[in-house]
Amino acid sequence: MALFSKQNKEVFTNPLNLDHPILGQVLGICSALAVTAQLKPAIVMGLAVTVITAFANVIISIIRNTIPNRIRIVVQLVVVAALVTIVSQILKAFAYDVSVQLSVYVGLIITNCILMGRLEAFAMQNKPWPSFLDGVGNGLGYAMILVIVGAVREFLGRGSLLGFQIIPDACYDFGYVNNGMMTMPAMALILVGCVIWVHRAYFYKEK
Amino acid sequence: MKLNTNSNSYIIIYSAILVVIVAFLLAFVYQALKPMQDANVALDVKKQILYSLNIRDLDGAEAEAKYAEVVKEEKDVEGQKVYECQIDGQDICVASLKGMGLWGGISGYVAIDKEGKVYGAYFNHESETAGLGAEIKDSQEWQEKFIGKKIFDENGNVILSVVKKVDAPESQVDCVTGATLTSNGVDAMLKDGLKNFKPKAEEE
Repeated sequence: MALFSKQNKEVFTNPLNLDHPILGQVLGICSALAVTAQLKPAIVMGLAVTVITAFANVIISIIRNTIPNRIRIVVQLVVVAALVTIVSQILKAFAYDVSVQLSVYVGLIITNCILMGRLEAFAMQNKPWPSFLDGVGNGLGYAMILVIVGAVREFLGRGSLLGFQIIPDACYDFGYVNNGMMTMPAMALILVGCVIWVHRAYFYKEK
Repeated sequence: MKLNTNSNSYIIIYSAILVVIVAFLLAFVYQALKPMQDANVALDVKKQILYSLNIRDLDGAEAEAKYAEVVKEEKDVEGQKVYECQIDGQDICVASLKGMGLWGGISGYVAIDKEGKVYGAYFNHESETAGLGAEIKDSQEWQEKFIGKKIFDENGNVILSVVKKVDAPESQVDCVTGATLTSNGVDAMLKDGLKNFKPKAEEE
């Protein structure tokens, strides 16, 4: 079995473009709006979701034949909840500042529609390796949008990127003012809308 | 033999085993990471106290060292934590404060010098709105407005306050625009938390 057969490549690349979880399927919007006020938490959130989606996919895929059909959603939830709790604890131990910024949203990864969607739609029917690729692909697709929106919001809202000031003090002396609107969640929705618009206009092709 | 994965007994045993495995796993992770998490929380408190002393650019071990150098004594006065500090030969007392913001708890550290003036201040919050109420934590500029303000009047009442319209600039701070209720919370927290800190020199 080729690890990177054409089929497996598609499994990985589709969620980055055609079947993008946010742009194509418009899933996982709520957390995308909440954690993107700055770039750093957005990156960490994207990574956390990628790791959790990938491993939840693998675990569910390994045990997919033993899962009783009637309680499969419960089993999926238990696996996801366990992984999310572990990631949240690790963040608290090794990246305390970020975990304070992300606050409840790490816990809310449990209810991220992308996760449950991938488990139910992909991992329940496929072998572990393609499931892993699918999880990583979808997680990265999600992370990509978070990083784009986070970068724009931090740049325009605070004049910095990753906490480093980008806009020089001289501009502020000339009367430039940070756009406070950008730090509000509403602007994230508008930005996500713009990204979806650009994506539909230039990259998206009907299958 | 093929298992019937839809039988009731299978479902019950399956879920029981799954839950036990997950429970052990989580308990293990929690135990293994607890010391590091506690250390992070303790360091965060120390950093907040340093912030209130206008020492804002330290992290990790540097902050620990500076804290050990500056803070001489930690006291517990009627449930309120008080830190006796010394900076450049000056005795400073840092009071820890707790209060209610708009959406959740707020807290803060106010450093008081010997004359009963504010040496520095730092505020924190649990769930205030980013860009509005959260400015009490995020805006260093706003926290620095407190520096040099008079806390007490002649009778020892707390006159340091956060108001919409400043008429007594020596003891009042302009509130955060768009965050009146959070600012009121800070005001109430100051009134409540600082009343026991009238400097001894004035009492004599």
